[in-house]
Amino acid sequence: MPSELKIVNGRVYDPANHINGDVQDICVRDGKIVDSVSKSVTKIDAHGMVVMPGAIDIHCHIAGPKVNLARKLMPEDHRLDVHPKTAVTRSGTGGIVPSTFATGYRYATMGYTTAMEAAVPPITARHVLEELDDTPVIDKGFYVLLGNNAFLYKLLKEGRKNEFKEAIAWWVNSVHAYTVKLVNTGSDELWKGRKNANITDVNESIDHYDITPVHVMESFIEAAHELGLPHPPHIHCNNLGHSGNISTTLDTMKAAQGRRVHMAHIQFHSFGGELNKNPVSGAREIIDYINDHENITADVGQVMFGKATAMTADAPLAWMLRNVKFDKWVNADTECESGCGIIPFSYQESIYTHTLQWAMGLELFLMSKDPWRVLLSTDHPNGGSFMNYPKLIKLLMDSAYRKEALKHLNQKAVDKTVLLELDREYTLNEIAIITRAGPARALGLMNKGHLGVGADADITVYTEEDDKEKMFNAPRYVIKDGITVINDHEFATDHKGKILHSKPGYNEEIAAEIEPFFEDYYSVRFSNYAISDDYLHDHEEIPTHPKS
Amino acid sequence: MPEVIQSKPKEKKNIKIVKDATCTFCGCVCDDMELTVDLDEHRITKAKNACVLGRAWFYEHVLEDRPVVLIDGKEATLEEGMDTAAQILVDAKFPITYGLSDCTCEAQRVAVDIMDTINGNVDTTTSVCHGPSGMAFQGVGESTATLGEIRNRADLVIYWGGNPAESHPRHFTRYAVTPKGMYIPNGKKDRTVVLVDVRKTSSTPVADIFVQVKPGKDFEVLWALRALVKGKRISKDIEEQTGVSREMLDDLVYRMKNCQYGVLFLGMGLTMTRGRHFNSGAVYSLAADLNEFTHFVAKPVRGHGNVTGADNVVSWQTGYPFGVNFNRGYPRFNPGEFTTSDVLARGETDAAMIIASDPASNFSRRAIEHLAKIPVITMDTKETHTTKISKVRFAVATYGINTGGTVYRMDDVPISLRPAFDSPFPTDQEVLEGIRQRVKRLLTGSKARTAF
Ligand code: SF4
Repeated sequence: MPSELKIVNGRVYDPANHINGDVQDICVRDGKIVDSVSKSVTKIDAHGMVVMPGAIDIHCHIAGPKVNLARKLMPEDHRLDVHPKTAVTRSGTGGIVPSTFATGYRYATMGYTTAMEAAVPPITARHVLEELDDTPVIDKGFYVLLGNNAFLYKLLKEGRKNEFKEAIAWWVNSVHAYTVKLVNTGSDELWKGRKNANITDVNESIDHYDITPVHVMESFIEAAHELGLPHPPHIHCNNLGHSGNISTTLDTMKAAQGRRVHMAHIQFHSFGGELNKNPVSGAREIIDYINDHENITADVGQVMFGKATAMTADAPLAWMLRNVKFDKWVNADTECESGCGIIPFSYQESIYTHTLQWAMGLELFLMSKDPWRVLLSTDHPNGGSFMNYPKLIKLLMDSAYRKEALKHLNQKAVDKTVLLELDREYTLNEIAIITRAGPARALGLMNKGHLGVGADADITVYTEEDDKEKMFNAPRYVIKDGITVINDHEFATDHKGKILHSKPGYNEEIAAEIEPFFEDYYSVRFSNYAISDDYLHDHEEIPTHPKS
Repeated sequence: MPEVIQSKPKEKKNIKIVKDATCTFCGCVCDDMELTVDLDEHRITKAKNACVLGRAWFYEHVLEDRPVVLIDGKEATLEEGMDTAAQILVDAKFPITYGLSDCTCEAQRVAVDIMDTINGNVDTTTSVCHGPSGMAFQGVGESTATLGEIRNRADLVIYWGGNPAESHPRHFTRYAVTPKGMYIPNGKKDRTVVLVDVRKTSSTPVADIFVQVKPGKDFEVLWALRALVKGKRISKDIEEQTGVSREMLDDLVYRMKNCQYGVLFLGMGLTMTRGRHFNSGAVYSLAADLNEFTHFVAKPVRGHGNVTGADNVVSWQTGYPFGVNFNRGYPRFNPGEFTTSDVLARGETDAAMIIASDPASNFSRRAIEHLAKIPVITMDTKETHTTKISKVRFAVATYGINTGGTVYRMDDVPISLRPAFDSPFPTDQEVLEGIRQRVKRLLTGSKARTAF
């Protein structure tokens, strides 16, 4: 018997299908949205409620070695926020870096049904897939870190563009990634090989490779374009957190030359001012450029006051923060592939830079002209926990609330921004875009982020409230793959989401080029590196669109 | 994956070669084994690339003619075994599980689930080896690296409190001393190797510099090094206190600050002697401090084949690496309170499920006495002191030899196993899944244990 469901009388926000708060019924059969269902179907009466597609987090850090190191690092944080089990769900611990089960359930309790882990060194991808298999309810995928890859650098140095493209495709396939991720391009070699140095200019040479970060980024953008990856290279720019980094960010966006690129957590890359002096807001320059360039998508990486954790493949950045905070610090070098730094952090209202960052994030949102391309994230847990999203939505939707909040912050920093002049309030439709339809489009997820016929039946139903934080904090119903996982605010059942990945086509002969490099420089055997399909469990291959 | 080649050479033996198989005997988790398997006799006749320990591990593995399940010493079916085990766990007020470092992550994940379901206690052998390093990590963090990075870059390699030549024979040759790497073109010639220990061992000959510390004085030496690195004064009688001269300390500090990429490997000589997590914390802090001058990492040399996997699984499922208690329906962590040797010694538990470990041979007398009084379920590949006192005993297949699955090397790199030949015995994972299914069935509906 097919499993059917009908959500009736709700106000539907489905921007991809131009439905803006109209009262409509949504029909579900076997995990998909359909035109109609049988009369005797189970109904959810959503009268007085808002119906949206399940939300999608395009950039977060929720699984894998760095996340697990951060979990191990902070028992003091877990014990303050336990996650008890229920009759149908597993227990766990919360805090700024929750256990896997708590992560999945907590995303679901905010109406999120998909989340993308944003930074995975390929050699550890097996670990990520194991953790994602223990991350319930949501669908998930990950971006593989290739922007500091020693073998790919060698190919670029030798000018072998075609092999470079083939090797990228080999890596994405071998580890079941969704797309490629570049972090502080070029920095790993200097960090590990030159006593903790860092790239300061995207046009400088990456040590003995005789290539520049800009050249590397251009090459990735071009290769991803040709491979037709569903989501373009996801770039964490150089010079994160340094005053005046807007010039680096602008140079990076220009390197795309009109091709698709995703700029991760742009708030952290919108610092004006001079190096080694207090930053000022450069949000205007960055958002103007994005507004004018349709090839660019971005997530904001809003900071929220309170606990955070710097958890990044940008090891020099974590080191810089360590020397500000002198807190416990983790560094983890991954052979030939990546670096990593972790440091517990907190954003405080009284601190100039923290207030400035908070305000810059909101400036970016409020000055964005195209909600489809400037998407909601906190770069969890870097800018704060994903559990802050409802509060962030309220900040965007309620200008009186925002202005009240501003009174309690560092006024010197507030004066350096134009936030007081921005009266814009996001509409529910725009919220549905920056949390659902927009991320789905940026990711190339045709069956998500909307409620049209054929879409995945990932649906959230909220009781409409004036207080938008309260509203988005606790959906009344969450339906995942057509199954009512949260029913009247309570977990009705457990659910396993699936892995989303892409399989760009490539010439298999490239493996023979890569293998000798493994013999020389890797500590695992080449034949043990690629990950078997067994680790995928439930999964969906998202099609690529290669350019011939 | 073309690694399995079947052939029938002259003597008409059914021989199989498995390339790039993995040895799980120690935390090196070498994945370059070439195993020759005699399929008629069900044993491995050659293990190319294995060290002496690895060879023994592979060669000694023969399929013994033993019952799969014994209940109270009497042969029983697998189903009866799983039924009885589930009933014991459900009936207990404070059930525990322990071991887990010599089975796959897939099995470990099920074991934690069972304890979550019954509000039990989960602990691994980490609590009796590098648990103190885990606690030190929680305190100060760690600068670390995968072993391949060390192979490629480390020009200063310091081993402290360990004897890898005996415990991890290929650590020197495969990862950290002799191999050539990307920036170490001449192998050992390009590295300086330092060994710090309380006595000379079979590892000493590999070292360019041997530093002998008075027993129990590691912390003092480490702290003096930290002070010198930071340009602080140290006590004049340091040599008297620790056995290490000021000149030696100055030389070490100079080398550490001026190397290109340094690594400190810590052994159990630090974690299981006076100082424990203070010692590990001092190593981590020293390595972190040195990053103000150069690039420096530290790394515990972990023992069991998948103890690192156990740390990872327990951490991602609960937030804590070992010594985790679910009595209240959510995880709590407290070493000393929820670590198995302590739980047993205080006589608190009334049922134990021991997986791939032999606490009855190495725990304290009081802990063993208590273990002998309560119903014990064991899963092991061979007879041990613990299997002998168990009420339900499962003979299981050997991971890496008879089963696939995932293990984590000591540097957190996950590796998939390639089984050499089939075993008539079930895997840990299969037994645990059977027990989990039964436990969940016994605790359905209103019987489900929830949080309080
Ligand atoms: S070093 Fe350890 S893992 Fe490697 S072969 Fe020897 S016993 Fe096996």
